[in-house]
Amino acid sequence: MPDLIYHGVGAGLVGMALYRAATCADLLTRILALNVLAVGIAAVLVAAAYRGSDVPPDAVPHAFVLTGIVVLVAVTAALLALAERLERDGDAGRDNADE
Amino acid sequence: MSEPSLLVLWPFLAAVMAAVNVRGATVWGGIGTLGTAVFAVSLAVSVHATGPELIFIGGWVTPLGIALRADGLAAVMVCMTAAVGVAVSVQAAATWGLATTADEPAERARQRRGFWPLWLCTLSALNALYLSGDLFNLYVTFEILGLAAVGLTALRGTDEALRAAFDYLVAGLAGSLLLLLGIALAYAAIGRVDLGSVALLNDTGAGRVAIGMVLAGIALKAALFPLHFWMPAAHSNAVPVSSAILSALVVKGALYLVLRLILDGGFDTGPLRWGFAALGAAGMFWGSLSALRATQLKLLVAHSTVAQIGLITLAISVSGDPLTSLAWQAAALLMVSHALAKSAMFLAVGRIKEKAGHDTIAELNQATLNPGAAGFAFAIAAISLIGLPPTAGFLGKWTLITGLIGQGQGAWIFVAVVLMGSALSIAYLWRVISCFMKAPPDGATAAPRVPWQAGDMAAVALALAALLLGVFAAAPLALLNGPLL
Repeated sequence: MPDLIYHGVGAGLVGMALYRAATCADLLTRILALNVLAVGIAAVLVAAAYRGSDVPPDAVPHAFVLTGIVVLVAVTAALLALAERLERDGDAGRDNADE
Repeated sequence: MSEPSLLVLWPFLAAVMAAVNVRGATVWGGIGTLGTAVFAVSLAVSVHATGPELIFIGGWVTPLGIALRADGLAAVMVCMTAAVGVAVSVQAAATWGLATTADEPAERARQRRGFWPLWLCTLSALNALYLSGDLFNLYVTFEILGLAAVGLTALRGTDEALRAAFDYLVAGLAGSLLLLLGIALAYAAIGRVDLGSVALLNDTGAGRVAIGMVLAGIALKAALFPLHFWMPAAHSNAVPVSSAILSALVVKGALYLVLRLILDGGFDTGPLRWGFAALGAAGMFWGSLSALRATQLKLLVAHSTVAQIGLITLAISVSGDPLTSLAWQAAALLMVSHALAKSAMFLAVGRIKEKAGHDTIAELNQATLNPGAAGFAFAIAAISLIGLPPTAGFLGKWTLITGLIGQGQGAWIFVAVVLMGSALSIAYLWRVISCFMKAPPDGATAAPRVPWQAGDMAAVALALAALLLGVFAAAPLALLNGPLL
């Protein structure tokens, strides 16, 4: 039963995150949507590792989740750097237009 | 240490060295690229002589360890990457120079320092992708590839390039997360993730959902219509060498995985395959129509990539059992010919833009540019993309159409689609070639003829390779005809 809850929550998060990532124009919202997407997928993976309350969980999906987290941190850093550059250049462009 | 692992390790070590020793970045880039090319050729020779190889890294056998598998298809893809890589590296060295000079603009130095580590990481990731034997490894290689490719897109540093890079990274991350979800579901369904057991996924409902997720992620990464929205901007706003790498090599990684899944029996389910074939056909028309309407030359070439991806996807999805049908070989040949021709085309367009000062198609005529080596390379590459003999593109389309006719009644519609796509590609590529021949407008004099220069060498060499591959096709076909792993 607990794994079903995690599966459901994960699927819901994936759906919401994909919707926001596809429809939002704001850079930071899209970065956050992708992070939520990754959390949703991690929830599904953790649920897939569950083998009953008395049995230790399967370690392989946990390893997948860890790799996913490492990748997500790196990609989020790259996205934030790009977004920061875009915001700064955008502001500079507007300032120049004002002068 | 065995050879296939060097194909991954060598460029990666060179990338680290190029990032640490920025003054010698070009030298490390040359060492990394040329060394990889030598390993690629020796892999092809050994696979041809002794058959496919399976290597367990560190002696750990699957499912615990990581296996690299090198068969004929992987060897062809690795050699394709190496050939395009050497030519693109020559062009990069010609563009940005070999080493720092005293009066060098800061922008040029920044691009040179950034390019080499990013390119070597791309090369390493692509080789790892072609040699990988399990889905989770493939996910990791896609991530390395995606990050390096986004860096190549952003290298120009303009606002448009950064925005295109951001969109590319968002689409790429969403695609690889879907891929990860699919892999997780596949593990939940059958308890394994190696490519050899993907055929088991067809038996259960959960397995088919997993395959669907994997394919959705790949479609986003391969820029398959209608998920190509990020791609024309990313490919047309990058510097020319980056565009050539992104368009010729990076999208091939995702297409290769689809082909692998089919060959390993991964998706036998009819609707999914016909859906992919339909998307490929739609992408072919959409990309061609967008290319017909494009106003900028680089954008036209980028849209033509959407069309070509559609054609390759169509060829992949109609290929049946590898033992009875040869359509999958057509897909592999089309991938190789597109890699050679499209990289030649992007490098040529970069030279044309440099010479003419702009790339607005309507304003290209002999007053702004007297076509020289770059125009020649563009025309040869166009002939290969259209599929006229004796180019590699002709060989691919010929193999595809004969394979389709051999499959019987239902396949005729795809023959018609492929031929219509070829006709459309003549239409949009002719828009450009006719500009080369357009006389100067009244009162203007023709621009002086540009002599052949070192900077044109790479584009011409790639175009000639696309031309000659059609004549010397026995080598890749011998590899593809060998046993698969």
